[in-house]
Amino acid sequence: MSRIVLEIKNLSTHFFTDSGEIPAVDQVSLHVHKGEVVGIVGESGCGKSVTSLSIMQLVPNPPGKIVGGEINYKGENLAFASEKRMKKLRGNEISMIFQEPMTSLNPLFTIGNQMREAFRFHQKISKKEAREKSISMLKLVGIPRAESIIDDYPHQLSGGMRQRVMIAMAMSCDPELLIADEPTTALDVTIQAQILDLMRKLNEEKDTAILLITHDLGVVADICDRVVVMYAGQVVEEGSKREILKDPKHPYSQGLIRSLPRIHEREQKLYSIPGTVPKPKLGRVGCRFAPRCELAFNRCFEGNPELYVTGEGRRSRCFLYDKQEGEAINDATTEAVIGD
Amino acid sequence: MRLQKPLLEINGLKKYFPIKGGVLGRTVGEVKAVDDVSFTVFEGEILGIVGESGCGKSTTGKAILRLIEPTAGEVKFEDQDITHINAEEMRKLRRDMQIIFQDPYASLNPRHTVEKIIGEPLLIHGMNHAKERKSRVKELLEVVGLSAYHASRYPHQFSGGQRQRIGIARALANNPKLIICDEPVSALDVSVQAQILNLMEALRDEFNLTYIFIAHDLSVVKHISDRVGVMYLGRMVELTSKDKLYDEAKHPYTQALLSAVPDPDPDIEKERVILKGDVPSPADPPTGCAFHTRCPMAMDICKTVRPAFLPVEDNHFVACHLYDGQQQNISHYQLNKEGEHV
Repeated sequence: MSRIVLEIKNLSTHFFTDSGEIPAVDQVSLHVHKGEVVGIVGESGCGKSVTSLSIMQLVPNPPGKIVGGEINYKGENLAFASEKRMKKLRGNEISMIFQEPMTSLNPLFTIGNQMREAFRFHQKISKKEAREKSISMLKLVGIPRAESIIDDYPHQLSGGMRQRVMIAMAMSCDPELLIADEPTTALDVTIQAQILDLMRKLNEEKDTAILLITHDLGVVADICDRVVVMYAGQVVEEGSKREILKDPKHPYSQGLIRSLPRIHEREQKLYSIPGTVPKPKLGRVGCRFAPRCELAFNRCFEGNPELYVTGEGRRSRCFLYDKQEGEAINDATTEAVIGD
Repeated sequence: MRLQKPLLEINGLKKYFPIKGGVLGRTVGEVKAVDDVSFTVFEGEILGIVGESGCGKSTTGKAILRLIEPTAGEVKFEDQDITHINAEEMRKLRRDMQIIFQDPYASLNPRHTVEKIIGEPLLIHGMNHAKERKSRVKELLEVVGLSAYHASRYPHQFSGGQRQRIGIARALANNPKLIICDEPVSALDVSVQAQILNLMEALRDEFNLTYIFIAHDLSVVKHISDRVGVMYLGRMVELTSKDKLYDEAKHPYTQALLSAVPDPDPDIEKERVILKGDVPSPADPPTGCAFHTRCPMAMDICKTVRPAFLPVEDNHFVACHLYDGQQQNISHYQLNKEGEHV
């Protein structure tokens, strides 16, 4: 395996609000290799976006704050790095694209003006060179008439084109790591297919590592190599794309995958996970998924499960995979699964 | 199948929004949001309408209920043309035709309790006894999977899925025949989305409802619908049973749309048709077939002549010049007249 670009260890980001301390991200660990596409999957409120913002030190402070853990980028811990250091890295070595491109582009400046900023800041080149580089980046991401689009304002472009501009900007300094937070959620399916195709191409050609945050398992199947599933602020499962989608171990991942309507299958009744995602709070005892879990047993409500290794590169936060629990429980639950 | 009697017939429905411009605010153009759409909804069926943003699917839904006045065309509900009846008659008819909106956060009044929200349509349609209303509200809450004690709470005290249940309860209050569902699950998380879809299916069976299910998510529409119509730039381009549509789509746009949906099964290898460019502006739609600018199979005729929306096979309507000559030359309207044909 190639070298690790990003390694997050036990990252905790909490929000300090009037109603108390909220552990939005709780002891999250994950890593991304060079040239790899890693997906973080989960429903709203699971902490996937806060994790990505923490890497970039973009969590609004106050109320949010990284309270512990390490974010190792090529051996350097960024968890408590200075703002000066982060400015050097952002947009240069690590860059980020967001869900809604209209809110991340400044409506008062032309595309060229905004693209130039990154080149001028990180590479100290002249305006003219920056403009030429910007045009070639726009061409790279498949924007037609790049020479004239560069003088347009964001509102003159469609949603798909704006997202291409965002990607062009993010890729302009050849970053090692691209963090994409729901990059296609606001787009239509035919445009989504174009953008995913573009991201795959950039990943292959430039060997850029991508950390993709999404709620859409279809997008994961399309582009990711490895997947991290999050639930209520914690990582609950980790494995390769195929392993997670075909053979999920954690009951939450299993439920999530079963509750998807499939376009290539005929099913009668859709499976649904009962209940809703709990709000994160401090001092919770027991597995966070236990109240909604069909397989939950006493221990799930009393102890906090760790991430147990279930195979090579696979981990699952479920007592079912705790070796100490032994075979007895496994037998009991297989029956439950068959009975269902 | 229970597809026999048409409940709703739509013929040549159009909705043009004026574009005002200049100093005097004159009308300088028109956005053709819905441009000559015809289809029929049968009693007890779920008709899905899919399309990308701006294709006019929501406007179609609202124009049917006259929440937006249609510019032209005919909407017949139980054989009665409702486009020209007055407001009072329309209000009475709305008892039978309800709508559920996408955003349950925006469609419930935050200052009203759930009891007031669900009770309002009952009051408007003549249930004057407070006690009677109260018991009906409790009954409705239980039907949609909430509890009677929720009646005294306010919308902000509920999660997204629960709010959508309240919206459904409100739509069900007067025992409607037709419910138009405008993106009812797209604001919800996957696990909650499945709960709401199952609820809607169960309610359809229990109360013999008819749905027009408008959504952009093709897998969701496939799951719930009996027949599916595909819209592009204000026009319906294909309409058939869901199995036919997903297995043997005829229109090149439908084919591209289906191939663009990412499937969560990593083993499915499919040939992806990636369309070039964006949807053109509905203020200035291309001449001829609206799709010809992005169509991989476009011919010369597509640039000038708008294809007719005709059946290629029984119950499979398509608007595409590729099928010229194969189409049965009876208009949608005639088919409706004969009824049994469809």
